[in-house]
Amino acid sequence: MEKQELIKKVNSVLAEEFEVEESIITPDANIKQTLELDSLSLVDMVALIENEFGVKIPSADLVKVQTFAALYDYLAERA
Amino acid sequence: MKRVVITGMGIWSCLGKSLDEVRDSLYNGKSGIILDPVRKEMGFRSGLTAKLDIPDLKGELSRSQRAYMPEQAKYAYCATIEALRNAKIDQDYLDKHDVGLLYGNDSSADPTVRAVDTMREKHDTTLCGSGAIFQSMNSTVTMNLGTIFHLRGINLTVSGACASGAHAIGLGALLIQTGLQDMIVCGGAQEVNPFSIGSFDGISAFSTREDAPEKASRPFDRDRDGLVPGGGAATIIIEEYEHAIKRGAPIIAEILGYGFSANGDHISSPNVEGPSKSLRMAIERAGIGINEIGYINAHATSTHVGDTNEAKAIFNVIGDAKIEVTSTKSQTGHEMWMAGASEVIYSMLMMKNNFIAANLNFENPDEDSAKLLIPAKRIEKHFDTFLSNSFGFGGTNATLIVRNM
Repeated sequence: MEKQELIKKVNSVLAEEFEVEESIITPDANIKQTLELDSLSLVDMVALIENEFGVKIPSADLVKVQTFAALYDYLAERA
Repeated sequence: MKRVVITGMGIWSCLGKSLDEVRDSLYNGKSGIILDPVRKEMGFRSGLTAKLDIPDLKGELSRSQRAYMPEQAKYAYCATIEALRNAKIDQDYLDKHDVGLLYGNDSSADPTVRAVDTMREKHDTTLCGSGAIFQSMNSTVTMNLGTIFHLRGINLTVSGACASGAHAIGLGALLIQTGLQDMIVCGGAQEVNPFSIGSFDGISAFSTREDAPEKASRPFDRDRDGLVPGGGAATIIIEEYEHAIKRGAPIIAEILGYGFSANGDHISSPNVEGPSKSLRMAIERAGIGINEIGYINAHATSTHVGDTNEAKAIFNVIGDAKIEVTSTKSQTGHEMWMAGASEVIYSMLMMKNNFIAANLNFENPDEDSAKLLIPAKRIEKHFDTFLSNSFGFGGTNATLIVRNM
């Protein structure tokens, strides 16, 4: 998957699942703050990513993926 | 002992999504039963079920709140919203008082099965999602309602099989009588999905009259052949009398008596002694004479042994007293964990509107039901006191007596 296509899909599935406007998802934005995730809904994000992109984000990696840009890069390397 | 009154009711059932709709359905003898083709594809012996919609709460509750709610918690939420509104209780009141919550629920199979399917297929528990644990616990209704409405009194799920809802109300009444709580949100909820009752179907408990779904639930009729599963949720707000007076609440009825017993006998076949004891205890605690009871809402589910033994128990207790006895399950099917609460509401709606709904499909009595006064057609009648029975697997029995106010 091309990176632009991947970014578009990531933004789309996250906005739909967590019920936010897609326009507020920007590369430098903090994922947890933007999507208003707590420890439980963070689990749902990991499950969503795994289901949609076939990439499991282990807890050790999750702490490093703070921004959407970091998430795009993480998935681009593995998807 | 303090007096316990009812100040609000709400319901989400196969007979309607509001008290007004349900009242009209009762009055008009509407059946909520259908044949579900999905169940037949799954190998069910009987595909009969009550039909009701799962509420869409998007826009009303947050994504996280909804994620923790199985269908029966959504039914319970809608019923509770209506009940609180009717009781004139807003969120500000709930935030400033220690309101309790006792709700009957005895399964949450659908989310449990889905989580297990995911674990088996994916070998990765994360993929079950964050909602699975909260949806699959038996206490799912009380944990969800308690957090959504910020309730801070007693918070407990009552699991007493098909008497769960009645025991929830009865136990709530005891807490109020003893002064431990001023107000409790009580009720019962029942999931309506194939997974929840597949194994129940497997023991041949359900009617197989699939060619005529509306004729399938026929409590007390000679030709009954089993129950029809149903569900939804029903909420009543119970309150200490003086407390209700002080806040200017709409007092609509008083809970006079709660009787209970256990058969200590067979796990599925009820006996006569246990239910008789529950009935007698409720009447004794209510401090009323038999002739003060104007209507009996029977547990009768349309099974052979259950209806027979309940008819015997009722006759044991009331003798030749001319009291109308019906089972609203002829319209709703068996609402199981919800039934004890919903049937209080059905009876309340009849009491407030001066009628007794028909016991649908009561065409021929059997030897025991012939001894009772069971109207096959709706009758117009004013009554001020009713008795409601709920019995469950394992031989748990509950009886409530309610008086008009």
